Amino acid sequence: MDFHYDDEQDALREAVRGLVGKAYGDYENRRRAVSDDSGFDEKQWARMAEMGLLGLPFSEEDGGVGAGPVEIGIVCQELGRVIAPEPYLTSVVLAGGLVSACGTREQRQEVLAALSAGERVLAFAHDEPGRTWSPAAEKVTAAQDGDGWTLTGVKEPVPHGAGADVLVVSAALPGGGTGLFLVDGSDAERTGYPTYDGSRAARVRFDATAATPLGEPGLDVTASISTVQDITRVMAANQALGAMQFLLPTTTEYLRSRKQFGVPLATFQALTFRAADMYVSLELTHSMVDWATMVVAQAGREGQGPAAVADAARRVSVQVSAAGRHVGQEAIQLHGGIAMTMEYSVGMYTAHLTALDHLLGDGTHHLRELAAGVTSYDALDPLA
Amino acid sequence: MQLELSEEERAFRDEMREFFTTKVSEEIREAVAAGRELTKDQLVESQRTLNAAGLAVPRWPVEWGGQDWSEIQYHIWHEEMERANVPTPLAFNAGMIGPVIAQFGTEEQKQEFLPKTANIDIFWSQGFSEPDAGSDLAGLRTTAVKDGDDWVVNGQKTWTTLGQYGDWIFTLVRTDPEAKKQAGISMLLIDMESEGLEVRPIQLIDGGHEVNEVWFEDVRVPAENLVGELNGGWSIAKFLLGNERVGVAPSGIIKRVIARVKGLAEDRFADDPLLRARIATLENELLALELTAMRVAANSSDGKPHPASSVLKLKGSELQQAVSELVLDLAGPGGLASGATGSSDGGGSELDEWQRLAGPHYLNLRKASIYGGSNEVQRQIISRNILGL
Repeated sequence: MDFHYDDEQDALREAVRGLVGKAYGDYENRRRAVSDDSGFDEKQWARMAEMGLLGLPFSEEDGGVGAGPVEIGIVCQELGRVIAPEPYLTSVVLAGGLVSACGTREQRQEVLAALSAGERVLAFAHDEPGRTWSPAAEKVTAAQDGDGWTLTGVKEPVPHGAGADVLVVSAALPGGGTGLFLVDGSDAERTGYPTYDGSRAARVRFDATAATPLGEPGLDVTASISTVQDITRVMAANQALGAMQFLLPTTTEYLRSRKQFGVPLATFQALTFRAADMYVSLELTHSMVDWATMVVAQAGREGQGPAAVADAARRVSVQVSAAGRHVGQEAIQLHGGIAMTMEYSVGMYTAHLTALDHLLGDGTHHLRELAAGVTSYDALDPLA
Repeated sequence: MQLELSEEERAFRDEMREFFTTKVSEEIREAVAAGRELTKDQLVESQRTLNAAGLAVPRWPVEWGGQDWSEIQYHIWHEEMERANVPTPLAFNAGMIGPVIAQFGTEEQKQEFLPKTANIDIFWSQGFSEPDAGSDLAGLRTTAVKDGDDWVVNGQKTWTTLGQYGDWIFTLVRTDPEAKKQAGISMLLIDMESEGLEVRPIQLIDGGHEVNEVWFEDVRVPAENLVGELNGGWSIAKFLLGNERVGVAPSGIIKRVIARVKGLAEDRFADDPLLRARIATLENELLALELTAMRVAANSSDGKPHPASSVLKLKGSELQQAVSELVLDLAGPGGLASGATGSSDGGGSELDEWQRLAGPHYLNLRKASIYGGSNEVQRQIISRNILGL
């Protein structure tokens, strides 16, 4: 049992922090970047590719770096700390993760090498209007058409769906189950729009659109989607942790410097005690995030079943959802009006935490799953 | 970053588990599991069993019976002990005065007191709080005035837990009335058989007798019973209270109670999604607490308490209270049958013992957010010392 990072991991953090700090240490730069069409800074994306970050999760054989979950978690924490708008989580961890998990060797080598090099952005087109979080597709259907396949239906919202070069699309298979397909971004009918945290999403419509099965055609990959979503949940938790680690010191600094009634806000115990409670939330969350990341790492090393990863993903999601709301809401409240403005960072951090909370299932969604299984064991043992 | 215990840590855990579940009296462990009050004899017997195996005071210096363990080992020791329903070593002895004497005491005091303290040949009581000095401990007014070779002590201590069993009491007393509050305090060790010392019970809202008032009227204390420097008691108190917060998160106990709740409510789970959600929430919060205790332990290898230990106290007490609330709710109307607290026959009630104990326990545990530095004091520590507010 060891919560310490090794020297290489510390060095990675320093390097990533340097890179993203230079880009977004000044919050104005983030505002400028999200006003671009793509919703992020493509030059920054290229620099991330250059540093090897985009290929971090993928095997060297597939053109990646072959790093582990702890390293990816470090990157996500640092991106979260500056709420970098680049689509690392949805393009690399989620969509790339699906290609890595389900693609044929040729597909992996082609798509992941291009993703790692920053040449192509991926998006996972999965959520469907009117449905809640699920690993399965229902409303977009796949049909076999001679030797080829076509997709029909609507996906929305698709994170960075309008700008992505390659869409990884889930669809209900004719024989039941959910399959994954690759679709060239420009082959789908796409309408993009901004999200409340400055990111981008899209409505993507398929109308007998030609699609290439990812991996073996017709194979139900619901379980693989579920596991990649779980890993992404843990990485989203890392990203949320980084954002919260920015919010607390920013709030305490404000309490020290802002004066009202002729004295600093930090004079008022009604405020400092609430900051103390934010610290409690943050520390508990930090422990859960580290633990869940280690569970993913251990499962990868020992080839353990996805059940451990799913359990850790649910648990950390429940914790991060509650903490993200607590820390985000209190950061705004303790600042007062200034945090309601677009020009000040804190409100946007809270917006980003809110978006992360709803990307792959909020706290209630995951608590429901945990509650359903609560009688299947006596007590939890995190070291089991 | 590695989740698995190392092979040595795993072996250590097995060894602890084996010891606690086979060497400590079954009857005592059953009483703990049922949530009954333990007798003095039971507390002493259990600690002596641990002490004989070197497991009563592992955090003490090695020469006085401590163990040279890693923080993870201390953590495993603590978890396995709670998990096996073994009473944790008496806090006043093992966690408070022992480490103080080892750190601040004279060689004679160490020789005289430490072995007896580890083995509860002396049952210690704590004499810190006073009627007008609670969270503001430095406001204490009990005085010690030098008279020849003795100190003469006058005043009143309160909230003295298990004072009815105490052989000796370690006290903070005012030795310089002129100095500003923190500066005039010293620590004295006082034999509770001394003339002029009287212990009076305080009945608590659960009906039990757990704490006491201790009155001092011209109690004579030999000069050699001063610990550390004259008027240096405040640093000793801070040292002691800092130690108190380490390992205060009773995560093993909370876990045990939750597991028990699942057994008690087995037939209700299917129809009660709210109950399941409540348990799932508590379990998840407990997991976060337990992991934080491990992370904090892993980061405090220099022996100083991690500043985040206040988080453990705050969250640990809240969870302990929340679980007791859950048990009382589960007891339903049966929770009213509290009977005669402590009586094994139920005082006339034939409802299950856990139902009868649920109400008193819930009420009793309100103390958890008050003692050991109230949760508000912990928030003050966090905001001031950690957040710099």
